[in-house]
Amino acid sequence: MLVTRSTQAIPLNLNHKAFSFLSSKWNITLIFISFLFCIPLLIIFGSLFFPAKEIWLHLIDTVLIDYISNSFALSIGVGCLSLVLGIIPAWLVTMYRFPMSRFLEWALLLPMAMPAYIIAYSYTGLLEFAGPLQTFLREITGWQYHDYWFPEIRSLGGAIIMLSLVLYPYVYLLARAAFIEQSICVLEVSRTLGCNTITAFRRVALPLARPAIIVGLSLVIMETLADYGTVQYFGVSTFTTGIFRTWFGLGNSLAAAQLSALLLVFVAIFLYMEKRSRKQARFHHTSSRYSSLLQHRLSRKKGLLAFTFCSSPLIFGFLVPVYFLTNWAFETYSHVIDKNFYQLLINSLLLASIASLLALLIALFMAYSNRNSNSPLNHFMVRLVSLGYAIPGTVIAVGVLIPFAWFDNTLDTFLTRQFNISSGLLISGTVFTLVFAYLVRFLAVSINTVEAGLIKIKPVMDEVAKTTGMTSGKIIGRIHIPMMRGSLLTALLLVFVDVMKELPATLILRPFNFNTLAVRAYELANEERLADAAVPALAIVIAGIIPVIMISNSISKSRPGHE
Amino acid sequence: MSNAIELKNISVSIEDRVILDNISFGLNEGGIACLLGPSGCGKTTLLRCIAGFQYQQQGEVWIKGVRASNPVHYLPVEQRQIGMVFQDYALFPHLNVADNIIFGLKKLDKQRTKQRLDELIELFSLAEHVNKYPHRLSGGQQQRVALARAMASRPGVLLMDEPFASLDIELREQIAREVHQILKQDGITTIMVSHNQLEAFAIADVIGVMNEGKLLQWDNAFNLYHEPESSEVADFIGEGVFIPGKVINEKKVQTEIGNITGQSPHGFQPGSKVNVLIRPDDILHDDDSSMTACVRDKAFRGAEFLYTLELESGLRLLSLVPSHHNHPVNEPIGIKLEIDHLVIFPA
Repeated sequence: MLVTRSTQAIPLNLNHKAFSFLSSKWNITLIFISFLFCIPLLIIFGSLFFPAKEIWLHLIDTVLIDYISNSFALSIGVGCLSLVLGIIPAWLVTMYRFPMSRFLEWALLLPMAMPAYIIAYSYTGLLEFAGPLQTFLREITGWQYHDYWFPEIRSLGGAIIMLSLVLYPYVYLLARAAFIEQSICVLEVSRTLGCNTITAFRRVALPLARPAIIVGLSLVIMETLADYGTVQYFGVSTFTTGIFRTWFGLGNSLAAAQLSALLLVFVAIFLYMEKRSRKQARFHHTSSRYSSLLQHRLSRKKGLLAFTFCSSPLIFGFLVPVYFLTNWAFETYSHVIDKNFYQLLINSLLLASIASLLALLIALFMAYSNRNSNSPLNHFMVRLVSLGYAIPGTVIAVGVLIPFAWFDNTLDTFLTRQFNISSGLLISGTVFTLVFAYLVRFLAVSINTVEAGLIKIKPVMDEVAKTTGMTSGKIIGRIHIPMMRGSLLTALLLVFVDVMKELPATLILRPFNFNTLAVRAYELANEERLADAAVPALAIVIAGIIPVIMISNSISKSRPGHE
Repeated sequence: MSNAIELKNISVSIEDRVILDNISFGLNEGGIACLLGPSGCGKTTLLRCIAGFQYQQQGEVWIKGVRASNPVHYLPVEQRQIGMVFQDYALFPHLNVADNIIFGLKKLDKQRTKQRLDELIELFSLAEHVNKYPHRLSGGQQQRVALARAMASRPGVLLMDEPFASLDIELREQIAREVHQILKQDGITTIMVSHNQLEAFAIADVIGVMNEGKLLQWDNAFNLYHEPESSEVADFIGEGVFIPGKVINEKKVQTEIGNITGQSPHGFQPGSKVNVLIRPDDILHDDDSSMTACVRDKAFRGAEFLYTLELESGLRLLSLVPSHHNHPVNEPIGIKLEIDHLVIFPA
């Protein structure tokens, strides 16, 4: 009797999909949730329907040209420098052996752990008039103030260098992956056709890696456009600082939203570039076979040159700032680490944990409903939600704050009128708002990671499991969870660290008197207490190293042609 | 006549493992050679030595009378005047067919490049694909493009690494024949690598059988099959079994299935114990024969059956029989010997 019942319990499943119970009513939930996370985007673009001519005339007269030209110059500068710092070391460590090349292969990713605003604080502390470098120069030369010229780090050029030093790893990572994935045969065949190693790079390796490099470059520029901390600190007026100023300086939320929309148009260009190149990159593999890379050992002189070039992004993008941050942290920790500091730490960790867990749950739900449905609307909604990573934190903050404030005000007015009770600000200015904004920005990270894990579980595995009589619950427990464990952990950690580092959205949306490590570092730096900012800054950098290690592990494992 | 390729005592070790052990051979101008052996025997490493992708610890490679490498001096790949076809063709995915083919022709002027391209397009019947990108070509078309690209600059030597392995089995033989024709027509000295003997037989003038880093025999297909120099070669080339025998005189050997006489002296002392190679085509099916063997297994091969036969003593033989002689398993059938080449090895 028991046997027959259990066989009946397995639904007759004509479309051969497990978890079909998810498909119907869950579709609506999926679309509802996706819609929720699209609200900020809708608000930003919706703002364009409300003309604000006067303020725009004012902006055009005064600062808009600055915003556009600075953002433009910043993007070009950071883009070019990142290409140089990313592509050349990627090629050298992939193809050649030279001193410490194995170490540099992964260490070149380390600057990723360093948020741009933190490297900006470190170099300002290092290079300013009273900083160790200028002091040292004066001591050995006897120069006085005004006797010498010294480059001003707090400038557009400085911002370009700072951002490039921490963003080039995107290009490096993708270029290196592309170089490794190129069937080595393609490079060898070019040698048999008369190319030397340099022409083989120029005529074959580089054109082949181009789509991947463009993906990296697009990410770099999107991050550049999203940066707030560095440009604000260096006094370079860009879109993000402009949005901030228009909202809080001029008190004009509509114009801030419209500026955001303009910024998003620029972002969209690079987003399109990224998506297109990702598709192209798939085309660019004709070979499925790999012979292991025969890494060419460079001569002493060339090897030293390669080492110098490859190690400098690591030295200047990570080792130098970490060294000085550590020094300052040792000087200041006794008075910086107090009860308030622990509160900061707890706030940051708690926020990051809540956001990453929620992001994981929502991503799981979305990925599963998407997997089990053929509805193009579902696919579209999931893709739309995962565009959030391209939206600068400042813009998201604006897009979140406007509807939430409207909701609070409407509710308050209604309650006061009807019941004479004031609800005050119910949701805006709470941790809830902040977490919501994080989800809008970082859901993409967890969705992509979870989907990448889920794609490895072929539907046929579900079918095989069903033929052995497993129930859906058992399939999840015994097949899906073990196979996805790595991806789930990755999704959790990546969002966790991203939230720890996030500055502009936190700055705008945090509840009154609520502080995080990132915001505290920002405040201290803006009060010119750079040495005091070192402890919270260092804490963020340490958290940032975790995903770097994970990424470097996963790429060395996925290396084709290598055991 | 001087050889187009000359290898002298090549040895290669990788991380203390001997990959190639003292290999020498020469291939004359316009000849087609095939290195044949199981996977891991070192044949691809040998090819890469000739190309210049692998250094050798000992020995010399000479290409067209020029020393390409010895353990000290080493001519870079791009200066060796070789063309190479890789197993997966390794076409450049970012270039179309025409640009792939002329990739190595940078030194020619535009008109001569165009002329050479047209020749190759004609030769390989690629006219309708000139503007296509590699991912839109079939395996056979990709193979032709790869070959055209390798031949474009008229290399002194053409190297091919398992050139037919990625093709469908049905296509292989046809394309191998086509390639053979083109290579002969242009008189290109070629060395290819294969693990498939039928492919090697179809294309090569001379075959080098390799195993565990050693070159076992360098000979034409007929001799490899009928006069293998070692039991390893006999084992690897074609099918067959070894049966024990005793030498009677300089040409004759006594075995369980009768006395076998060779055409030339075998060089073993009378009375010594030997193993005799019996090929499936040495055993004929004959209903009138007094000698019978029991069918233990059979494999249908279209025109023929390959029967595994068992004698009363338990000794097993293989026999190729026209397929209209369909005998069930366990039925005894009459057999007779017809051996033209006596191949024996010490027991």
